[in-house]
Amino acid sequence: MNTHVAPLKQHLIDPEICIRCNTCEESCPVDAVTHDDNNYVVNAEICNYCMDCISPCPTGAIDNWRVVTAPYSLDEQYSWSDLPAQQEIESSGAAGETIEALEDEIGALLEEARKGLGGKPVAPLSSSKASVNIYNRGKPALATVTGNFRLTQADADSDVRHIILDLGDQPFPVLEGQSIGIITPGSAADGKPHQVRLYSIASSRDGEKPNANNLALTVKREPGGVCSNYLCDLPRGAKVEVTGPFGATFLLPNDPAANIFMVCTGTGSAPFRGFTERRRRAMPSAPGRLLLFFGARRPEELPYFGPLQKVPEKLLGKYFCYSRVPGEPRVYVQDRIRSEAAVVTALLKDAQTHIYICGLKGMESGVEQAFSDVCRAASIDWSDLKGLMRANGRYHVETY
Amino acid sequence: MNIMNVDYSTKIPNNVNLTEDRQVLKALEGWHPGYLDWWNDMGPEGFQDSLVYLRTAISVDPKGWAKFDYVRMPEYRWGVLLAPQDENRKVNFGQHMGEPAWQEVPGEYRAMLRRLVVIQGDTEPASVEQQRHLGKTAPSLYDLRNLFQVNVEEGRHLWAMVYLLQKYFGRDGREEADDLLRRRSGDADAPRMLGAFNEATPDWLSFFMFTFFTDRDGKMQLESLAQSGFDPLSRTCRFMLTEEAHHMFVGETGVGRVLQRTCEAMKAAGIEDPNAVEKIRALGVIDLPTMQKKMNLHYSLSLDLFGSEVSTNAANFYNSGLKGRFQETKIEDDHRLTSDIYQVLKFVDGEIKLVDEPALTALNMRLRDDYTVDCAKGVERWNKIIEKAGVNFRFELPHTAFHRQIGEFRDVNATPKGIILSDADWAKAKGEYLPSNEDGDFISSLMTPVSEPGKFAGWISAPKVGIDNKPGDFEYVKIAA
Repeated sequence: MNTHVAPLKQHLIDPEICIRCNTCEESCPVDAVTHDDNNYVVNAEICNYCMDCISPCPTGAIDNWRVVTAPYSLDEQYSWSDLPAQQEIESSGAAGETIEALEDEIGALLEEARKGLGGKPVAPLSSSKASVNIYNRGKPALATVTGNFRLTQADADSDVRHIILDLGDQPFPVLEGQSIGIITPGSAADGKPHQVRLYSIASSRDGEKPNANNLALTVKREPGGVCSNYLCDLPRGAKVEVTGPFGATFLLPNDPAANIFMVCTGTGSAPFRGFTERRRRAMPSAPGRLLLFFGARRPEELPYFGPLQKVPEKLLGKYFCYSRVPGEPRVYVQDRIRSEAAVVTALLKDAQTHIYICGLKGMESGVEQAFSDVCRAASIDWSDLKGLMRANGRYHVETY
Repeated sequence: MNIMNVDYSTKIPNNVNLTEDRQVLKALEGWHPGYLDWWNDMGPEGFQDSLVYLRTAISVDPKGWAKFDYVRMPEYRWGVLLAPQDENRKVNFGQHMGEPAWQEVPGEYRAMLRRLVVIQGDTEPASVEQQRHLGKTAPSLYDLRNLFQVNVEEGRHLWAMVYLLQKYFGRDGREEADDLLRRRSGDADAPRMLGAFNEATPDWLSFFMFTFFTDRDGKMQLESLAQSGFDPLSRTCRFMLTEEAHHMFVGETGVGRVLQRTCEAMKAAGIEDPNAVEKIRALGVIDLPTMQKKMNLHYSLSLDLFGSEVSTNAANFYNSGLKGRFQETKIEDDHRLTSDIYQVLKFVDGEIKLVDEPALTALNMRLRDDYTVDCAKGVERWNKIIEKAGVNFRFELPHTAFHRQIGEFRDVNATPKGIILSDADWAKAKGEYLPSNEDGDFISSLMTPVSEPGKFAGWISAPKVGIDNKPGDFEYVKIAA
């Protein structure tokens, strides 16, 4: 069995950019910065992330971070003539603190999105190692829009779009379930730059098109939404500043035997499109089941309605629920979970089952209530089960 | 008032409680209009109305001292900023070692201290004057901003010295403060006090070399004044050093970007021989041998700034506790140096030799040696760029005796390797070591301005990271704002 060491966000100085002016060493209140004839370096055992050294640095060399399982020693740092690349970090583990983002701004957003979990998020045991925050607000990647299509029908109330971003030759390794940040140009009314907005990746790790360095997003135009309107209006060829990738727990298990139980509304379907596509491409005959409970007002407003029809039931069990079809009773995802109690119970009893909930903030409580009801009928204690599944990396919530 | 935060209630931003120091405030306010006149006459030509993305300190603690925003240079908030006072600070060297640091000028050292402050102060406006025409030929908006940042901070350093003169030196100090605005770089009648500050800065390579070599002398001087037992001088210099670091950055990365571009262009054109000067120049980049010559020039001019090899003034400054050594408190010795010796390069019986001198009188040389070590590290970074690009060339600092106007070697014709030549041989060889008029003309021919955001002149690479982490095409200067 693997022993997981807690990953650490290590502060490093870029020797290629540093001019050895000593300002950081001078400004460090705990003497974590030191130097030899070659480089200025940060002692990971002492650095307490107070950030006092960041703004006085005249070069920007000081503002570099790597997530590591074992910190680089002073001697290693002294020997560098440039910074090592970010290593891929195993981000899950019983004892491990999972790092979903390096930027505090993004970390806070993800923490908020995971609140419905009711505990510490844990990645599935068999998921791949996620790389996070290779690009940040200061050093974003520059993506090119290569596609921007409306997914909802012209007469639908909502304008949901499928946007394809090409990363060119910039390395941008992603996993299904991760998010990226979008930087809207300009500044808000208060003069500050717009907040970075997170969007789940709707494509699989090898690209929207296999082996292309591109990815897809599912974006709903929000009335008055600065970032969503910016994105939805982008023409082909436009350039977008992108940060990330972010998230290291809401990930697809690689184990083909894993059952994947997906519950979503609206654009919450984005990561599940990625999950489904990954299964289809990489393990089309996986023994584990793939189930999608997908809620929308009407079929016309259900993103990817057309393409989803073409996905065979064998690959993906589809449970659509509509709440506004004239003349039909309103069905929400929680209603459908209750009405499919037999299927749901069987899956909940299976230790291979992973649950993912994604959509609007608040939906998780209705869904949980439905699980709880289904469990009660089967003499299962939902709150125990949920706690166990979460701790095993089998229960995931991302709501905005 | 919190000493960390800057008081903006007076015309002069400060963290020295000027509101309750009416006399000094009045003196500074009296000096202010003359300063603005000087800035408008002698500051950056042609960009006084442009909006420049500049850094201003809003407090002297690490979190507040680098706030970036657009400002018109004449509206820049020049102020008086001192590093926080350490109540327990002592005099750390010389005959007063161990005494509490002085908060007022000791009477017996008044003249000496004033001289130190005036010499330092005189260099600050001088470089602004030397660089005032460069804006017209900036290779990018990024570089233009960096030039202006250097300029406004040199202006602030003048303020820092003027504050000391006006607060601690009475009427004499006020007169000296006025004279700092009266002298002009390169002026026949009222030149700046030190030679290198009367030389022209004709092009951007000269500017980068100047900020690397000559501003580094400034850094060393500030470092040794930051050790001063006169606490206000120490605190002033400590804060100035954080700004000076930006100037080092502009120089080191500026030269680095020029040679990087040259190496890339050579590689792209398949030129392996770095000495194929004509072929390389035809690519519109500056050949490495010419850059070596520029380096020889600026390094040797800067060495002269350290003064004579043996100096009783330096000994007196040290012994009195006014000016210490580079990183004095990190050196492990008795900090009095009364019986120590230090080896100094001298010209003895027609040879260049190391000679034992009393450490006290050799303090200029010790600082100069520390300076050379500091320079050499930067030069090594440049060599790494060349090596990485796969070009077979190395920069070398010239010998101490090369091209000197002051001290032991002023009458000697030494090559960059330290070989002494006859006058006739020197006249023949000089062009190999120092930039000629033709070299200058060639460099000037490349100096055409580039003012489109994100674009750079063909002889210089883009920087690796932007200022304040801004993206590549950020408009650092809104020229016609």
